Amino acid sequence: MAIEVRNVSKAFGDFQALDDVSVVVPDGSLTALLGPSGGGKSTLLRVIAGLESADAGEVFFDGTSVSGVAPQHRDVGFVFQHYAAFKHMTVRDNVAFGLKIRKKPKAEIAERVEELLRLVHLDGFASRYPAQLSGGQRQRMALARALAVEPKVLLLDEPFGALDAKVRKELRDWLRRLHDEVPVTTVFVTHDQEEALEVAEQIVVINEGRIEQAGSPEELYEDPATPFVMGFVGPVAKLGEVYVRPHDIDLELEPVDGGYEAQIEHVARVGFEARVEAHLADGAPVSVLVTRHQAAEQELEPGQIIWLRPHRVHEFAVA
Amino acid sequence: MRADQSRATRLTLRTIALLYLGLLVAVPVGMVFYNAFSDGLAAAWASVTTPEAQHAFWLTIVMVAIAVPLNTIFGITAALSLVRGRWRGKTIVSALIDVPFAVSPVVVGLALILVYGRQGWFGGWLTEHGIQVIFSVPGMVIATIFVSLPFVVREVVPVLREIGTEQEQAALTLGASPAQVFWRITLPAIRWGVAYGVILTTARALGEYGAVAVVSGKIVGETQTLTLHVEEQFQQFDLTGAYAASVVLALIAVFVILSMNLLDRRKEKS
Repeated sequence: MAIEVRNVSKAFGDFQALDDVSVVVPDGSLTALLGPSGGGKSTLLRVIAGLESADAGEVFFDGTSVSGVAPQHRDVGFVFQHYAAFKHMTVRDNVAFGLKIRKKPKAEIAERVEELLRLVHLDGFASRYPAQLSGGQRQRMALARALAVEPKVLLLDEPFGALDAKVRKELRDWLRRLHDEVPVTTVFVTHDQEEALEVAEQIVVINEGRIEQAGSPEELYEDPATPFVMGFVGPVAKLGEVYVRPHDIDLELEPVDGGYEAQIEHVARVGFEARVEAHLADGAPVSVLVTRHQAAEQELEPGQIIWLRPHRVHEFAVA
Repeated sequence: MRADQSRATRLTLRTIALLYLGLLVAVPVGMVFYNAFSDGLAAAWASVTTPEAQHAFWLTIVMVAIAVPLNTIFGITAALSLVRGRWRGKTIVSALIDVPFAVSPVVVGLALILVYGRQGWFGGWLTEHGIQVIFSVPGMVIATIFVSLPFVVREVVPVLREIGTEQEQAALTLGASPAQVFWRITLPAIRWGVAYGVILTTARALGEYGAVAVVSGKIVGETQTLTLHVEEQFQQFDLTGAYAASVVLALIAVFVILSMNLLDRRKEKS
């Protein structure tokens, strides 16, 4: 199901969480809402789910406004950062909850729950209580619970935010594969650009209650619309007035046309790359990525004077 | 040497705790039981089956049966509203709920007379309509509700704060109506707080003396609850009667605690 958010605004007291936001999420896509915390992305997700009501604007599911529709009638699956497991119910009852509410026949519920627990690799845990599961297991249970009712939209609010790095990576890959198996329109919120770039087909960057840019991971990385997006989705260096990725800078030992003079402060060799930390003539710091091979050939060392020439710059219209 | 010392400290602390509990709680309660049956089981049974004693017993049950459910419903509603609601004046309402903790029961009784008594605010209107509140059962019910009002609220509020609202929101997105969310998610999540609140409310309602005494007029066989009956028997030097009735009070309390436990266990199974 396609989602369209049209001119939505939402304030909490004096704090403007969403400011005239419009977004389109295509049917069957896997979309990330990316941005710093407090930027409004969770609020947008909650407005789509109906857990918050917008002060202005509307949300459309497949072209139909859902503004007056209560969350229990929106057919959305919602996964919370802290799992929101029903603590007094077993894993089986947690997953069966939505089906029991819909008064499905017992045999059908049992069958579906078993199938879902297999899907999330929790078969064998059906009789446990959430307190007996690890964080990653709880979140997979929450996902199974949300998927049980066959929602038209799956919404995930920082789903891996409370997990440690290793589990997070696993679940991230797993979510990607799950979306291929169960191609439901999925929107997830994250503040982790790597997570968004790796998992999502479409990324919407939100900052201070506004949409900075929406597009594919490649578009955002290669062709950012604003300095904020450029800085948020990857490393960025500033040479004079232009923004450039650190690997898009040529490092020369002799003066070159369009080059900026700089002095090396530090050279760090990481894997097959070397990161050169330097400062420009006006003192502004800049970092450049070169190959390890180049660093060795040019015998780069602290104190050395170098010339930096961007070979791919990003210029932004002054807002 | 050190191990010996810490062992000695431990033993001393334990002895002090046991002595404290024993002298202040166990021995007095034990003495009540002992004295109740000092003239034999038959005498005790006879003293709690007199018409007055039976009437007092049933009146106490009525008090509890009215005050506890009302305060439980009020307590859960008030707790939900205090924790979840967004409205002005919460602190004032919260403080008001604690007033019964702070005010002496005798003062509560006198205050009720000021409002519902013949000379009181509603007194005239009530008399005109033939309703007697003070020196009658309705006044005693009101007094009992008043003194036992804060327990459920105070037990449920912290539990509600702790569980947060995410479980409820998750249930909503899974298709549950607000009523279903309450019965299937909220109530089970706060059930220990509610259970403990109910036990405390019951204990308070059973044991209330001061406020009820003031508004009851202490009419034998009419407005006498078990606690008032105990006092009455004691004043008339019927010690067996007083102690035996006390035992009955204690047994009701034990019965309530056990049945709350059983109820919860049955719910867990289903």
